[in-house]
Amino acid sequence: MGAGHGGALTARYLPGSTVVHRLEPHPKLVAVLAFALVVVSTPVHAPWAPAAYAGYLLAVLGAAALAGVGPGRLVRGLVVEVPFVAFALLLPFVARGPRVEVLGLSLSESGLAAGGGLLAKATLSILAATVLAATTEPRALLRGLQRLRLPQLLVQILMFMIRYADVVGSELHRMRVARESRGFTGGGLRGLRVLAATAGALFVRSYERGERVHLAMLSRGYTGTLPAGPAAAVDARGWAVALALPAAAACVLLTGTLAG
Amino acid sequence: MCNKVDAVHVPDGFLDPATSLATGALAAGTVALALRKARAELDDRTAPLAGLTAAFVFAGQMLNFPIAAGTSGHLIGAVLTAVLVGPWTAVLCMTAVLLVQAVLFADGGITALGTNVTLMGLVAVVVGYGVFRGLSAVLPRTRTGVLAATGVAAFLSVPASALAFVGLFALGATVDVPMGAVVSAMTGVHLLIGIGEAAITVAVVGAVLAVRPDLVHGARGLRTSALLEDRRPAAAGATR
Repeated sequence: MGAGHGGALTARYLPGSTVVHRLEPHPKLVAVLAFALVVVSTPVHAPWAPAAYAGYLLAVLGAAALAGVGPGRLVRGLVVEVPFVAFALLLPFVARGPRVEVLGLSLSESGLAAGGGLLAKATLSILAATVLAATTEPRALLRGLQRLRLPQLLVQILMFMIRYADVVGSELHRMRVARESRGFTGGGLRGLRVLAATAGALFVRSYERGERVHLAMLSRGYTGTLPAGPAAAVDARGWAVALALPAAAACVLLTGTLAG
Repeated sequence: MCNKVDAVHVPDGFLDPATSLATGALAAGTVALALRKARAELDDRTAPLAGLTAAFVFAGQMLNFPIAAGTSGHLIGAVLTAVLVGPWTAVLCMTAVLLVQAVLFADGGITALGTNVTLMGLVAVVVGYGVFRGLSAVLPRTRTGVLAATGVAAFLSVPASALAFVGLFALGATVDVPMGAVVSAMTGVHLLIGIGEAAITVAVVGAVLAVRPDLVHGARGLRTSALLEDRRPAAAGATR
């Protein structure tokens, strides 16, 4: 929040001009979705599953390298996964089925495979989505979603959200500065009341801003729809480049299914 | 930060493809309906108002509230949004927030987006707003009544959403786990999170009611009780 230009929503975007940056947003969205689908449909209990995970990992790391997304950025993207790591680590202990001894602990064999599978699948999908977020501006992503036929009204709501998230966020930041410069430290029920008043004021300000924005739009001739820009067509080569990632993953899956 | 109570978004691969597909279809249907209903409620103001409210929910989720004993939680916001702007707009706001989190922050899987919208948009809003309306009908039409209904609704929306998740997990889990253990663990944790959500939601709705009661969709019945009165001042020196 309030971190220089761009703010919260563009914080994940890394400006660049790599081949991945230059792709249109909608093939990239389709590619990440297809990659996640391939990863998700890998059977966790197959003996070749770990090899397949390794293959997917190579593919997505290759895409990250092409996009110039460094390991630090990838690791930071994984932070959202933390609560699920705990769940995945718990699975070998609570799942039913035949047990195996590992380092003196009695673990469930299926729980081990499932926990590992959950962790691997979530991690791989997050890596792919991190590359997408790092190479595509929020507004470009929105254009991509629009081209993928997301309902017009939902696109507009998202557009307003993305456009104003930083305005609302920096309002929150200014309120924090004001609070803390008056000696607020938080904690306890008093803190809850002060923060609730903050959130309440933030809502009133956001809603009133929405009303002003609407009036400003009406005065500029808004009729309920936005004039859409020309949809840049993507040639076969663009699609081929974007879909290389899921295609590589699908090859790994196919090899595993045939050989395994 | 370490004691943060958080709402977890379902990642990719947690539920089997059939369940993800079914919840995806359910979520798409709900969002389509909400788009129509919200437009009926707000007409062409829908996009800016729902968009700004979604930005508010997004920013509000970054605000850490102290709850008890050194733990802090942040708002999920389904009932808060439903009480403030109405249920249909709330579904759209929660969907927008979840979509942005999935696509821009990799928080919540892309193939699990339908599941997350079903849990945090559909179930939390429908159960929470249903409870709110039910209680509002029987409680007195006062500020306290509205806040009490809001608190219970916010409290129940969290375990309801968690139980819906457990239900989906039972249907489409990719692993064989004793369900009793999952139910008790999820319910216990989410009752606690629900208390935090209720405290924050009541406090925020109370703060908005104090300054702009006309902006609280769920308190429209209160507005008439606060009309300006035209009173004649007592004649000077008449009563002393």
